[in-house]
Parts: sequence; C-alpha cells; structure tokens
Amino acid sequence: MAKKTTIIPVGPYHPLQEEPEFFKLYVEGEKVVGLDIELGYNHRGVEKLSEGKDYEETIFLVERVCGICSTSHPIACVQAIEEAGDLEVPQRALYIRSLIGELERIHSHLLWLGLAGHFLGFNTVWMWAWRYREEVLNICEQVTGNRNHYGMLKPGGVRRDVPATEISAIRKMLDTLSSPLDLFRDTVAEDPLIQARTRGIGTLTPQQIRKFAAVGPTARASGVDIDVRRDHPHAAYGMVEWDVVLESRGDIFDKIMVRIGEMFQSVRIIRQCLSRLETEPGPIDSHPKEVKPGEGIGHYEAPRGEVFHYIRSDGSNRPVRHKIRAPSYMNVPTNREAVIGETIADATIILAAVDPCYCCTERMAAVLDPETDRVLISGKELLQRSRRKTAWLRSQLGHEGPDLKWDC
Amino acid sequence: MSKKNKFLSRSLFLFHLGGSACNNCDIEILDALTPKYDLERFGIIAVGSIRHADIILLSGIFNKKAAIRARRLYEQAPKPVIVLAIGGCACSGLIFRDSYNWDEPVGNYVPIDAYVAGCPPKPEAIIAAITQVIDKLQHPAPAGADR
Repeated sequence: MAKKTTIIPVGPYHPLQEEPEFFKLYVEGEKVVGLDIELGYNHRGVEKLSEGKDYEETIFLVERVCGICSTSHPIACVQAIEEAGDLEVPQRALYIRSLIGELERIHSHLLWLGLAGHFLGFNTVWMWAWRYREEVLNICEQVTGNRNHYGMLKPGGVRRDVPATEISAIRKMLDTLSSPLDLFRDTVAEDPLIQARTRGIGTLTPQQIRKFAAVGPTARASGVDIDVRRDHPHAAYGMVEWDVVLESRGDIFDKIMVRIGEMFQSVRIIRQCLSRLETEPGPIDSHPKEVKPGEGIGHYEAPRGEVFHYIRSDGSNRPVRHKIRAPSYMNVPTNREAVIGETIADATIILAAVDPCYCCTERMAAVLDPETDRVLISGKELLQRSRRKTAWLRSQLGHEGPDLKWDC
Repeated sequence: MSKKNKFLSRSLFLFHLGGSACNNCDIEILDALTPKYDLERFGIIAVGSIRHADIILLSGIFNKKAAIRARRLYEQAPKPVIVLAIGGCACSGLIFRDSYNWDEPVGNYVPIDAYVAGCPPKPEAIIAAITQVIDKLQHPAPAGADR
C-alpha cells in the first residue's frame, strides 16, 4: 500500500526561530521524508548597497549583515580591503580584532546553546545561558560602546583602543564566566535526557559534509578538520596558542560539545591577547589615505564557520564589486540530509543545529516553481533592473562614470 | 484609544514579527524576556501565534516579500492591538533605505503606536516603550491636555 505524504508548512513567521524562513516538511506518518527551504524574506541587497558606500561606510554596512556576526563580517571585509589596497595594519590592532572576535564567539555560542535548550524543551538552559551571555555583552558595551554592533573595525586598524582599565574588567568577567562554562560542559555531557534527545540524531557523515561544503562547527562535529583561523592565519590567530576542537560522530550532541569546547578556546585566546595588549603598546591605526586598484579576499572564522569577502577596487573611494559568502549559505542545505528519516519531534532541533543565520544567507537566486520548473524571478533580471536604474540616474545627472561590465 | 484602554489593561501577550532584520533587534527582544531584564514581571509573555497577540513588535526593514506578509499578519491580529516598531530599520529603513528590495517604512501600511529608535535599542529601551504605552492606556491624558 502506498503511503500518503503530508506536507507540514513551517513559517515564514513561526515561533521556532526569530527570523522569517519557510520550511516545507514532507512527512509520512511521523517520519520526515523530504524538506524544502524557501528563503528571500531577508534579502536586503547588501552587496549592491556596498557599491554605493565608501570604504569606511562599507564596514558599518557589513556589520549589519548579521547582528550576531557583527565582528566577523567587518574583519573579513577589512582584510579584503587591506589586501586589495595593500594597506599596513599595526600589530596591536590585530590583537584587538581577535579579542573582540572571540568575545563575540562566546556570546554567539551561549546564544545558540540557550536556543538549543529552548527547542529541546529545556527552558532552564535557555534562561541560564542567556543570563551568562549578558555578562559578555556588558563587557562588549564597556569596551566598544555598544552591546552588539561594535563599530570597532576600520581599514588599516581599529577605531578604539583597549586601555588597561578595561583589560582588568575583561579578566574579571572571564573569571566569573569559567564556572558557568564548566557547569554547561558537565551538564550537557552527563544529563541523560539531553543525551537521549541528541545522541545519534541528525547525524552528518564527513562525506556529506564535503558534498555540501559545510563549514564551521557543523563540519568539525563530523570530524572534518577545517578552521580558517589555523588554515589561513589572520588577525592575531597565528601569534597565540589554541587548539581546533574536533568531534567525530556528527550528531547534535557533538555539535553542542564542539561549541562548548570552542568557548573554552576563546577564553584561552582572549587571555593571551590581553597579556600581549598589556606588554606591547603601539599605534592601533595606520591611517591609510587611499586604496590602490586591485582585488583582495578576506576570511574570518565566524562562530558559524568561514566568512568570505571579496573586494575589487578601482582606486576610487568605494568598491566596484563586493562579494560576500556567509557560512549558513553552505550549512543550511545540510539540513536536507540530516532531517530526512528522523521524526517530526526531532526536526526542530536538527534544523536549528547548524545555527542557521538567514540574514547572512539571503541572496537573490533564480526562484523555480517546483511543479512547472518555471522561473518566477531570476537574479539576472533583478541585476538588470538595478543596472537600468543606475544608468537612468547617471543620464539624469549627466554623469559619465566608468563603463562596468562583468559577468555575475 | 478608549477601546484599547478597556481591553488592554491586564497581562498582555507579545508577538514578535521580525522582518528582514539583521537579527539583532530580534535577539534584544528575546533578551528582554530573559532573567536579567525579565519583561515577564509585567505580566507580559511571548506567544507563538499572531491570533493571541496584544502587542506586536516589528523589527527590521520589511522587504518586498516580507511586507506582504507583515500586512497580512497585522490583519490577522485580534483588534485592538498595540504595535511597536523596534529599531531604526523598522522606523525609517536606516542603512538599508537605498536598497532595491525595499519600498517604504513599515509605518506606512501598519499603524504604529510607538517607535523605539536605536541600532539595536537596548532591552531597557524596549521595556520602557512597552510600559509607557501601557501606562498611557491606563492613565489617558485628559482631553485638551498636552501629551
């Protein structure tokens, strides 16, 4: 007897995650047999906006690609600008970049841990994790001036120094954070209920990880040893000691353990950065005057995986092409492999396990109607509309700009 | 305001409607519900369905695809309902106002009771806005008085 397939629509506005996205779960009884992900509710056209902003403004724009990766994107972007324009960066600025980046990693992983607890039905974990996250946010506010969008980065250095008074405050916060981190590690590792809900659920094999080119903790939980901080050293990661956290089984439990392990490594990196900041005074900014023509790329290991930025400069004060690839773009499709064959009750935690970030991921692509394969709207068409508008504006202003023709 | 005053005087249910946000205001709203800020002490709790909502918090710009849904969700909400725009993007579009995928501020098609500026506004600001709106409803200014 042929089984009947039911479609369960999830979203786009639903209590599961705070961002709008639309999942179509195909189920046979309790078993998930298929998954469709529809995005586009978050597309803001950041890459195009970036071409209209100068290099300093671009940093503020890419900060707002994602509220949680609000240091990862700027670090990758300034590195791309620095490579394109061949700019110098003082060493002290590199340490400050790593320091802020690792503070962000701690609060991002605590946030995910809390949400994972929330999806599993452990609201206590949610409340506790977010309570300790507040300590990190307080320090971020003290050091940078804002709880989330830090505005610390600029091409050629950083905007604000970290003086000695704040170094001692960060140390104090790390001391108070160590016992909660131990608590989370022990609780998750020993709690029989968390084990029962996460062991062997949503397993991804290394082959599947390579097939989807997944990155970050999602890949490391399956034993795929990639970490841009070690593979392409940037900021201060080549100058401090730390380890890549690896697990082997690739289930949800290992994804939790990788993220908890990374928080301990982040604390280790921050402590080393702080002692270097104390002993090595120096300038924090090289005050670059111009960005030479050229092209450059920048990587950063965001809490969710590798962030990649590409900048092409023509020697003017703004990029002519800016390309962003965020980690969730690679990680979200793995849901399709992980969720099929599991039950509906486990679908929520599996969909959340890659720590999806849709605001990073959104980009315009061809949208196909699944039944007729008809293109509803294509990326090319949108780009043409945008270019037509620029051309029209140019003719209105009587401004003859460079004739830019690339294949996108 | 009189109808609102009558129906929205007890424990209020909060629904969070995130548009094309950068996720930060959304997380600050959730933050306001966690132990440090604890919005629940005012009897406010987050609900999963718009049909239960007394307060709607809008965050982020609403792009062409999300704007249609925002309008439809507002129509589905039980009336009277308080609507708050959280963050600079929901107020004015902020850094994304030149985007090709955005037409107009959400206030143009959803009636908004209060705007909370900031990028992102701190949880204190969100709590202050909600409690002030409730206070205004419970103690309306006499007719003719300066707000």
